[in-house]
Amino acid sequence: MSLTESQIERYSRHIILPEVGGKGQEKLLAGKVLLVGAGGLGCPAGLYLAAAGVGTIGLMDRDVVDLSNLQRQVAHHTPDVGKPKVESAADKFRAINPDVTVRTYRERLAAANAPAILRDYDFVIDGTDNFASKFLVADACHFAGKPYCHAGILRFDGQLMTVIPGKTACYRCVFNAPPPAGAVPSCSQAGVLGVVAGVLGTLQAAEALKFLLGKGELLTDKLLVYDGLKANFRKISLKRNVNCPLCSESPTITELRDEAPAVCACARGERC
Amino acid sequence: MRLFINGEAAEAPDGTAVTELLKLRRVSQPDMVTVELNGEILERKTFDTKVLKEGDRVEFLYFMGGGSR
Ligand SMILES: [Zn+2]
Repeated sequence: MSLTESQIERYSRHIILPEVGGKGQEKLLAGKVLLVGAGGLGCPAGLYLAAAGVGTIGLMDRDVVDLSNLQRQVAHHTPDVGKPKVESAADKFRAINPDVTVRTYRERLAAANAPAILRDYDFVIDGTDNFASKFLVADACHFAGKPYCHAGILRFDGQLMTVIPGKTACYRCVFNAPPPAGAVPSCSQAGVLGVVAGVLGTLQAAEALKFLLGKGELLTDKLLVYDGLKANFRKISLKRNVNCPLCSESPTITELRDEAPAVCACARGERC
Repeated sequence: MRLFINGEAAEAPDGTAVTELLKLRRVSQPDMVTVELNGEILERKTFDTKVLKEGDRVEFLYFMGGGSR
C-alpha cells in the first residue's frame, strides 16, 4: 500500500512524527480496531481513530440514541435521537475520513457471537457500560488472543488498563468477578461528568494507535486512575494474579460463557 | 502505624486488618473494591484476617462499570 497525495496531506502531522512516518501511517490504514459500545467511550475513541486513518473500525452496539446520551456521547447529534447508535456514529466516522471502512454490528457482544467477530480485528476497545459486558470483553479477548483496552468511568473518575492476553495482567487478575447484585449504583443514580468519558475514550484510542504503530509503551501491568475533580492521574502497578480465574496456570474459566447480568437494570439492557 | 493508601501516607492503629481499614477509610461498599497490598491483589476472603503492618502500601481499586449508555 502506498499513500496517495491527498493522504500525504491529510496525515501530514502524523507523517512528520519520526515514530509514525509514512510507514506508520500505512500500518494505521491497514489496522482493524473493534469498538464494543458506541457510547461515552466508544464515541471519542472512534472519532479519533477515524481521524487518524485506522483503516477498519468495527462498531458494536444494540441501542438507539437517547436524548440523555448527548451530554457525553459526542458522535451522536441532536437529530440522531432515535437512530441506532452504530448508524449514527458510523456516519460521523465516515464523514471525518472516507479512507475508513466502518463495519456495524447492531447487537450486544455475547459468548455466541464474540469469537467470529473478534477474529478479524487487531485490537479491541472496551466501551461497554456494565460489568457483565466488561467481563465478557475480557474473557472473549483472552480466548481470542486479542489485545484490548479496558476503561471504566463513574462520576468524576475513570480507570484504564491495556491487556495483552497471556502476557500481562488481565481484567480478572484485578477484578475477579462482577460485583454482587445490588452493590452497584445504577448509571442514572451515579451520574458521570461528560468529559470524563472523553478523557478515557481518547486514552483508549491512544493505546490502540500505539499498538498498531508498535511504538511507545502500552499501559500494560498498570491501572491508570483518573480523578477529574483533582485533575490527578495515578498509575498503579499490577502483576498477573496467580489466582486469576482466567489467565492463571489453573483457571476456573476454561471456555467463553455469558456472565449473569446481575447488577443494575442497565446491565439487563433496560434503561435505569 | 504508618501506611501508604492510594499513594498517600496515612495512620492506622497497630493490628488493623484490611476489613477494618476499609471501615476506617469509610469505604461504604467494600464489595466494590479490590485491594492490592504491596503490589499483590488480595483475595477477598482474606480481608478479615490480613493484618497490616508498618509501611504497607495499600491500593483500593474500584469497580467502574460505566462507558456506554
Ligand atoms: Zn488474569
